[in-house]
Amino acid sequence: MTSVAERVDRLERQWAERPGVLGWLTTTDHKRVGLLYFWTTLVFFGAGGVEALVMRSQLIQPNNHLVGPETFDQLFTVHGMTMIFWFIIPMTTGAFGNYLVPLMIGARDMAFPRMNALSFWIFLASGMFLYIGLFSGFGPDAGWFNYVPLADRLHDPSRNIEFYTLGLAFNSIASTLTAANLIVTILKLRAPGMSFNRMPLFCFAFLAASFGLIFALPSLSVDLIFLFLQRNLGFHFFDVAHGGSSFLWQHLFWFFGHPEVYILIVPAFGIATEIIPAFTRRKMIAFPLVAIAELLVVFIGFGVWAHHMFATGLPTTTLVFFAGATSMVVIPSTIQVFAWCMSIYAGRPKFKTPLLFIIGFIVMFVAGGLTGIMFLAIPFDQQTTDTYFVVAHFHYIIFGAAVFPIFGGMYYWFPKVTGKLYFERPGQISFWIIFAGTNLLFFPMHIVGLLGMPRRVYTYPGDMGWTSYNVIESIGGYITAVGILALFTNLVVSYFRGAPAGPDPWHGPTLEWSVPSPPPEYNFAVIPTVSSAYANWDADDRERDGHRLTAGVGTLERGHEQHVSSLIDGWTSEIVDMPHSSPWPIALALALSLLFAMLVITHYLFAAIFAVVIALTLLGWHGKEPQES
Amino acid sequence: MLAGSAAGLGVIVAILVGAWFKRGVDGADRPGTITVIALGIVTPILVLAALFAYSDIFLIRGTSPPVAAAATNDLSVRVIGHQFWWEIRYPGSGVVTANEIHIPVRTHVVVSVHSDDVIHSFWVPQLNRKIDVFPDQVNRVELYADKPGRYRGQCAEFCGLQHAHMGFYVFAQPRAAYDRWLRMQARPAKRFNALFDDKCSSCHAIQGTPAHAHVGPDLTHVGSRTSLAALTIPNTAAHMADWLRNTQQVKPGSQMPEVDLTNAQVRQLTRYLESLK
Repeated sequence: MTSVAERVDRLERQWAERPGVLGWLTTTDHKRVGLLYFWTTLVFFGAGGVEALVMRSQLIQPNNHLVGPETFDQLFTVHGMTMIFWFIIPMTTGAFGNYLVPLMIGARDMAFPRMNALSFWIFLASGMFLYIGLFSGFGPDAGWFNYVPLADRLHDPSRNIEFYTLGLAFNSIASTLTAANLIVTILKLRAPGMSFNRMPLFCFAFLAASFGLIFALPSLSVDLIFLFLQRNLGFHFFDVAHGGSSFLWQHLFWFFGHPEVYILIVPAFGIATEIIPAFTRRKMIAFPLVAIAELLVVFIGFGVWAHHMFATGLPTTTLVFFAGATSMVVIPSTIQVFAWCMSIYAGRPKFKTPLLFIIGFIVMFVAGGLTGIMFLAIPFDQQTTDTYFVVAHFHYIIFGAAVFPIFGGMYYWFPKVTGKLYFERPGQISFWIIFAGTNLLFFPMHIVGLLGMPRRVYTYPGDMGWTSYNVIESIGGYITAVGILALFTNLVVSYFRGAPAGPDPWHGPTLEWSVPSPPPEYNFAVIPTVSSAYANWDADDRERDGHRLTAGVGTLERGHEQHVSSLIDGWTSEIVDMPHSSPWPIALALALSLLFAMLVITHYLFAAIFAVVIALTLLGWHGKEPQES
Repeated sequence: MLAGSAAGLGVIVAILVGAWFKRGVDGADRPGTITVIALGIVTPILVLAALFAYSDIFLIRGTSPPVAAAATNDLSVRVIGHQFWWEIRYPGSGVVTANEIHIPVRTHVVVSVHSDDVIHSFWVPQLNRKIDVFPDQVNRVELYADKPGRYRGQCAEFCGLQHAHMGFYVFAQPRAAYDRWLRMQARPAKRFNALFDDKCSSCHAIQGTPAHAHVGPDLTHVGSRTSLAALTIPNTAAHMADWLRNTQQVKPGSQMPEVDLTNAQVRQLTRYLESLK
């Protein structure tokens, strides 16, 4: 009879990664990929933050000359692109999704581990691609929405826009891969017994966001390819002089762009629905309503895109239709807001740092949501669109509602990932600094927008009554930066000095808290069985798993193995062999980078050669993985 | 709308503050799902229906421009967006000006807008909503001023390097003053200047002289305007001279190139342009 120690030892050997740097370069472990995503997105977050601070410093006084219009236009364009495509999406789907989803559903890895690694390396390369453009003076400069004709060859003849089109197209490949991977993982790798109604709300949120990405990104990609063809090969999709349409760009862009907003915040909803039960000691109120609302908010989000175009002169009937659709998307949001609030109210809340960030998130989301509702009043929208009122609105949503839960999640899962406890008091202080800073930064933007200050101006006249608000905003920006630095300093110090956390410091509701901190490479020594959405609170099930480990039932120790579950009710239908560490993902990403680099300088011959290299790499990829016997 | 939002935010904050005061107390018996349905579904449906009906059915009718066929009795003005200034035309009178629109008070003025290059947005916050200015579509917006006065407007859609300096004024005047202004603007210039013809006429027009290009603003009555370069600087002799000398410092990225002029030539051109009242 094999002992538990021998079983665990065998799993250790079979799942061990290569040592050192090579191990990280060839890793396919979802936790390592998640961490790589985490560190990389933080670097981009820092870059986007510095861009924001430079812009706030430029706007601190009227007619300022800190930066000129050329620099400023690149700063606000790249700031928007970075925060959306290189920080929030990869941080949520790439870092949180990769690291946590398999742990929450009782899986040993993502469904496609090598594709997962590929998505990271592509993501990293696309970010370097964008920033090489920016640092060589060719940063995209027509706004993240990149309207034509401003972005066409006639009005933007330099290479700036190629770094936009190709950078985003490159990045979307990574997002698409991650989204497809998350969908298959959530649908097919759930632990035995985890039927849909027993799946954590976190997973519903990531499922919704991933489906959103899969359906929204093609619209953006088409737009990007059209624009690349028009700028470089003489096509006329958006060329007004030759029968093209400037509206086409906007429709395709916002058909992607609005779902994108929900893709940004739905994972944050998922994080909130994990943190709230853990710190209130109660299950979420209205669980089924919240699950449906998470999916609905993305679904309805696909029907509202033209509310970004209320001032474009579309027929009034069209405007009214989209205003109606926009009003519908409010309902799933309010369901969730009240479910969070009532769960906190009806539980026994302990106001630790993660929950504080969730409370800050709820307040910011409601404030940003209420100004969002105002935009469905078409005359009001036509007055305030393209002003700082809109900037205030979407920063309350994107910073307040998407980034606050990311911060909260970092603190919540820090003990799981590092095995250390963070320091509570500095965490709470950093929350209050950030909360005060962001409100100082973004609230006056409402007022200055109503006073008529337009967006995307590199300077403004001194006699408009806007100056004092801009000063407050800039100070708020600096305070926010201090708070964020404090937040990360605390985490770094905690990593080195924190007390050991143990597997489950919060008495967390979901399965990741049932394994050691940090989790072993194979995640679960025995595949857990699940009988509710709060599996870690079902002590009987966890105890039974212990017995199964001793008996060797469900340990899948014969190879690099993973169970596959049926779609709806989550019972194991088969066992599959999973690929192990592989050099092909990074090689393929490198070949793709060279292809995109050749496209930006329009060396099509070399681009074709690298396309062949990519095909050869794919052939190598699909050769049989050597299996450990 | 602002009060309603404050109330909505107040409810949420009240619940969260309530939770703070009851921390550590088991609240399992407190209302749950019913509250979520009442406050999260029923209440927003009622509020949204009311807001939608008021703003998107009633308010929108009262402030929209009349449909094309019914517009004949109203005064109409054509506005053409350029990087980075506004061309203003008064159909029927031959008047072409730039960055300053004169309208009679208490009159519905229909402004038809389109763009010569990229997308702009025409916006006079105090007189009506904004409307985007497209190269491939003519949009219309109505201006109506109750009181005489000067109303600031500006481009609201990012249009390139000098989007920040693409402002304009709307001057609402009593009917008689407006008519007088329009008659004066319709007159051709009295004087011809050979230096202008040599240096400036490839882009600018002065009616009554051989200069008739329409790349840059029509300068027939430039001396009568209050500002230069789409509200970047006031229209004084000193600023005019500075603009002619240091165009790209005054408005970096402006489409106007820096023309090679001696100091004497700058003085001569300034005097000429300021005389075009």
